[in-house]
This record gives sequence, C-alpha cells and structure tokens, in this order.
Amino acid sequence: MSEAIRPAGVFDTRYEEDIALNRTRGEHATSLGSFLLLMCLPLISAAGPLGLNWFPLHWIGTINHIAILTIAVQGLNLLIGYCGQISFGQAAFMAVGGYTSALLGIHWGIPFWLALPLAAAFTGFIGILFGLPALRVKGFYLAMSTLAAQFILIWFIHFPLEGLTNGSRALTRIPPPTLGPTIREVQALPVVGPQNLQFVAQRGPITFSSAAEMYYIIVPLTVFLMLAARNIRRTRTGRAFISIRDNDLAAELLGINVFYYKLQAFFLCSVYAGIAGALMAYHQNSLSITSFMLDHSIIYLAMLVIGGAGFPLGPIFGVTIVQTLTIIIIPAIAPGIGAFLRWLLPFVQSANLSSALTLLLRGGILLAFLLFEPRGVAHRWEILKISWKLRPFSHE
Amino acid sequence: MGETTALLSIDQISLNFGGIQALQDVSFDVAAGEILAIIGPNGAGKTSLINSINGFYRPQQGRILYEGYDISDVPPYQRARLGISRTFQNIALYTNATTLDNLLAARHIHMSSNLWSGALFLGPAKREEIAHRRSIEHIIDFLEMEPIRKSIVGNLSYGMRKRVELGRALALEPTLLLLDEPMAGMNAEEKEDMARFILAIHQLQQITILLIEHDMGLVMDVSQRIIVLNFGQKIAEGAPAAIQQNPAVIQAYLGRAD
Repeated sequence: MSEAIRPAGVFDTRYEEDIALNRTRGEHATSLGSFLLLMCLPLISAAGPLGLNWFPLHWIGTINHIAILTIAVQGLNLLIGYCGQISFGQAAFMAVGGYTSALLGIHWGIPFWLALPLAAAFTGFIGILFGLPALRVKGFYLAMSTLAAQFILIWFIHFPLEGLTNGSRALTRIPPPTLGPTIREVQALPVVGPQNLQFVAQRGPITFSSAAEMYYIIVPLTVFLMLAARNIRRTRTGRAFISIRDNDLAAELLGINVFYYKLQAFFLCSVYAGIAGALMAYHQNSLSITSFMLDHSIIYLAMLVIGGAGFPLGPIFGVTIVQTLTIIIIPAIAPGIGAFLRWLLPFVQSANLSSALTLLLRGGILLAFLLFEPRGVAHRWEILKISWKLRPFSHE
Repeated sequence: MGETTALLSIDQISLNFGGIQALQDVSFDVAAGEILAIIGPNGAGKTSLINSINGFYRPQQGRILYEGYDISDVPPYQRARLGISRTFQNIALYTNATTLDNLLAARHIHMSSNLWSGALFLGPAKREEIAHRRSIEHIIDFLEMEPIRKSIVGNLSYGMRKRVELGRALALEPTLLLLDEPMAGMNAEEKEDMARFILAIHQLQQITILLIEHDMGLVMDVSQRIIVLNFGQKIAEGAPAAIQQNPAVIQAYLGRAD
C-alpha cells in the first residue's frame, strides 16, 4: 500500500509527518496545482469568460460524467475493496439517490443543496436495509441478496411510484441548482398524463445549468469524497473494515462489532451512490430508469476490478480507463472492425455494431484484467512507485 | 491461590458439537497475575476451551465468571472490551494490511473516532491517530519489530507473523491474554525469543496469561501451574513438577503400561 512508500531523503521526526498524505513541499505543490488546473479547465474552454478555446467544451461533460461515476465506484470500493462485502445493486442505489433528489426539487421545490444530502441520507438508509442480510450470509449468497436489491428497487421506482417517477418515460424538468435569493414559480404541468403535481421553476442570481457550471459542483465534491474515503481508510472505521475483510473472526474476537461495521460499509456505499445519482440527475436535467439497470451495476463492479479494489485511487483509474475506452477508443476503431466484420461475415447485421463492440471490448478488457492483473491498475501504480523509490537509495 | 483473587473462573462447562463432547464438566480458576498452561493430546479440547472463554463457542452448560461476573451471555466483541485478548493457533492476522494497521486495528476499543470525524480527519481524529500510534510504537519497540513496521504482514516470515499477532493481542491492553500455541512451528531460536517475550509481558505488565502449548520443556519452564485436558475432561491440575509425576497424565500421553 502507498503508506509503505515515502520520498527518498525525507526523514520523519514526528508521527504527524509519518501519517501525512503530502510529505514534501513538492507533493503539496503538485496536489494544489492539480486541483487548481482542474478548476481552470472550464475557464479555458469555449464556455469560459475569456473566450479561449484551449480545452474542448464537450470534454467538460465527459469529465463530469467520469467524476460522477468515480463517486459511485468509490462507494463500491469502500464496501468491496475495504470491507470485503459485495453489491450487485450500485446502479439501483444511484437511481434511489437520483429520483429522490429530482422529485424533491421538481414537486416540492426543495433546493438542490438540501435535496442532495437528503437524497444521500435516504439512499444510505435503503442501503442499510439491504445490508441486513450480511448478518447471516457471506460471499456468493450475499451477492445474490444484493442482486435482489437491484431488481426490487428498480421495480419499485418503475411501477408503484410511476405517478411520481414517470415510470419508463424520462423524468424531466429537474430544476438547476441556484445560489443566492431564488425566485420560485409554481406552475401547472403542461403535460397531460398521470402526473398531476405542480412544477416549481427556480431562477436565481447564479444558476448551475450547463455542464461547465455543474462542473464546479461535481468536481470539488468528487475531490472531497475521494479524500473522505482516503481518510476513512486510515482511521478507526477503515481499519475495522480491513479487519472484517481479512479476518472477520479475529476482528470479532478483538473487539470489533462486525455486523455494525458491515452495516456502516453498506451505508457508506449507498451514500456515495446516492450522491452520484443526485449529481447525475441535476447534471443531465433528466432521469431515465434505463440508465440504472443491472448491466450498469456490473460495469461499475468491472470498473472497480480494472482500477483496483482496495486502493484509494482504484476507482479513478477504473472509471477513467473504461470511459476513455467507451468514448474515444471504441468509436475510433469501430468503423474499421465493422468493415472487417462485414467482409468476414456478410450476414451479420451491422446497425448496432458500435454498442455491441463496446460490450465486447469491455468484457474482453475485464477478462484480461482478471487473468493478468486481478489487483487492478492501482496495484501496477504502486509497483511503479516502489521501483522509483529505489532511486537513488532505498529507505525502509 | 485463594478464591478471592480468581480473575477467571470456569465453572463446570460442557460443550458439544452434535454427538462430539468437546468439553465435559471442566472447572478451574485462573488467578490474577499467573501464567497457567493448558496441555493435553491433540483433540483434548484445549482450543475449544479458549474459544469458549472468548465467546466464539457457547458452552451448553456451566458458567464462565470473569472478575466475578458471569460473562456467558456477553458477545465476543464485548469480551474484548472487558480485557480478554488472544492469539490464534493458525495465525489470524489481517493479511493485506501493514504491521502498523494490524496493531492499530486492535486499539479499536480504546479509540473513539467514527465515520464522520474519521472522514474529515480534522483535529480530534488526527490527534487520536497520533496518540495511539505512540502506544503502538512502544509495543513495536518491545517486540523488536521496527524493521517490519510498514511491511504487509502477509509477506512476513512465519515466526514474524506470530510475533505481530502477539503484538496485536498486546495492543488491546488486555488483563487476560489467551495464547493458543504461540510457539507452534517455530525453530529453537524463535521459541526462545517468544518465551522471553511471554515472560517479559508477564513480569513487566502484570498480564495474566493462559497458555496452550505442546512443547513440554517450555511449558514446564514458563508456567506456574498446569491443567491437563484429555478427551474434553480435566485429568490433572498442579505445579509443573507434580504434573510430570502424575500417573493420569503419563497415561494420557504415553498410554498404559500393561
């Protein structure tokens, strides 16, 4: 783990220095510099006030999406990578967070800043409910019970709550987050249908409606949640998680209330999912049940495996790699492979080739990682750091 | 060894798994501050006894009194809070964590930070980390583990892992330390080191030690009193010299001379 690696020539004299995340001025400068650079990206895009076009605007939306998924996968990392439990329902928990925050905004006019924590807390509560089987079952059987969460939650949003959530049709008109004194206008919905509730329009001095504006909510929150996960890992709660993952019997006999901490892990995992879902809702201004299905839950698991479960950086690596693959590499190579396939197998329908190739290549990459690097990219990253640690001298 | 000073009293406990009688009417006292060894042939019920004291097994009959209170219904994780700590026969460390993390994890019951304060890592959680790190470093120093402080324990040698496990048990600041075969599978040097540590723990920290061990020479040297189990029953109890002469013990270990 990264705790074992320190810059050469740095000798700690206090425990405070030993446990610090940034040990040297260089590391401090790098962290701060990266954050500032990240904060500058929309400013130097076409959306910025300077009129520069250095950074492609459509990448801002891509970064937002990557950041949102990173939050969801970091939640899984806390549950799976640290606490050793399993969940096949992360997408459904994101749906709970997304729909809760959106409905709070649409029907009750609750501002985003309140809707977000409420949605996170509610999703956390639902997570605890579905974590209860962890008292009795482990491994494969726990996986099956979380699979139930995926189907039950999505069914519940789809059918019994159809009047609120629009069922299989998209839920739109999610009011953008605003800052400052906000004007609310209650309007009747122009749409005729099962939805007879009112619609609250919001306007304020600062409105976060475009991707570049949402960026300033999503990215800092993502950075904060990544740091929070890192801090949880290195304090009492995180060590309880690790103890349960590595030896739940020893953990119980050495004073850790195993069930209580398993539930905390499910709670945390769902809170992260809830926040990710809420950000997704307000980023897209609409929600559709089809973006929270089982295949999404499984892709999030795949992202965690590819990135490296149990490493703080794992989710960032995993989501970035899979999304880059999906957005950039596959569209680039799809025409070539498509032409080849049409030549090789003339009877194959090539209309949906790109999406089919996405699934195929994602599956292939996951399989390759499971076979050749089951501990993920983050593990490679640690090895790389260790090899650099030896220059010029290895110390501890 | 008066009744009043007993730290732990095992009162007629019986434990069975289906048809197998693991423990049968076993009673004995552990006096505060002594080193008591439990010996017996394989399958005699020694580990079952320790697991019962720990709360991992629930004896069907009998009581376990700790500091005069019946702890039969206390769940395992709360028995650790009472001051009962242990090591395991087959090392049960947190394999993918560092030595420091393993030891700090055992400070759990002495720490108070929670999800929220830990996530923010501001004043209180940070101060707590540093304070407990300091107490862990005393143990690392005492057990001579400085070079492996930040090693992943899964990569350590067998003898070292046994030592980390002892360190983890000590990090709990126990009153009663249960050691399940702390020297199994070690070479002579490692055994001597371990015996030295056990005696030092006993003398310097006044921790009561309940020890299971197969190495008779060592048991006779280290322990003040010995209890012998055979087929789940207590067959002898006494000072090491008396146990060596006890005909029931000789018969259990060597068989009857017909």
